[in-house]
Amino acid sequence: MMSLESIPIQAFLIVSSALFCIGIWGLLNSRNAVRVLMSIELMLNAVNINLMTFSSYVDNNLIQGQVFTIFVITVAAAEAAVGLAILLSLYRNRVTVDMESFNLLKW
Amino acid sequence: MSIAITTQIICFTILSLVILIGALGVVLLESIVYSAFLLGGVFMSVAGLYLLLNASFVAAAQVLVYVGAVNVLIIFAIMLVNKKEDLKPINDIKSRRIISTSICLTLLSLLIRVDLTNVWSLSSPQNSIGEESTIRIGEHLFSDYLLPFEVASVLLLMAMIGAIVLARRDVMSKDISTGLPVDQELIEKSSEPMLTNKN
Repeated sequence: MMSLESIPIQAFLIVSSALFCIGIWGLLNSRNAVRVLMSIELMLNAVNINLMTFSSYVDNNLIQGQVFTIFVITVAAAEAAVGLAILLSLYRNRVTVDMESFNLLKW
Repeated sequence: MSIAITTQIICFTILSLVILIGALGVVLLESIVYSAFLLGGVFMSVAGLYLLLNASFVAAAQVLVYVGAVNVLIIFAIMLVNKKEDLKPINDIKSRRIISTSICLTLLSLLIRVDLTNVWSLSSPQNSIGEESTIRIGEHLFSDYLLPFEVASVLLLMAMIGAIVLARRDVMSKDISTGLPVDQELIEKSSEPMLTNKN
């Protein structure tokens, strides 16, 4: 086995790719609206891992990827708050969290 | 980073296994409460990966914001909307599953191919600034990323006000439709849903 200086960048990228695809699968297949929000959080985390990896391996002097990650975390927190508020008011009006029954925007 | 390479590889393997298995559990488990707690584990492991990448500040922010705020928010939402309901069966669920799974697998193979075949121009030596990264992030936030930083604060304020407006119950002294006085109790009453499914 050849000796390594550090973990190869491909390992991090593959983990983040797999996490992103799991998030997309959950987004497409969940019936529960809360689980859809959780899948979105998983996808945002995959993107964050990607940004952090490139910031550490490619741009380790001016770590701009870490600053981007901080902004993504901020936006994700705002998105979770607004998404769950929308979910609560939707639940109050329709008494369900089933994604299949939310068809108000269908023409 | 000063940790030996073997230790790094062991930590990375454990963390990525926890991330991937936890994420699969989040999307596959039947109980939504288990999913929420597994999501907390996934967030913690992602913070561990950030530590391996020499970014202690972002790891701390990840734990504070994701585990401390987003996950707690999701658990509260589950408590508020947790009602056992029998979901209506979908007719073409099987074809939907097949199509979505094949789309995800195609995307995954594409991404992994790009990851493995591309030649990355890595800078050397890696992780050279180490613990100085927190200082560097602060410099970025107050010089070249000042405008996004200020816009982010406005965004958080807007999200806060929007969430309050969307999620509050309207406090009215009179019922609009019947004209009777409303008793302001905290307990949720069963009421006629305003937007029922017509079909």
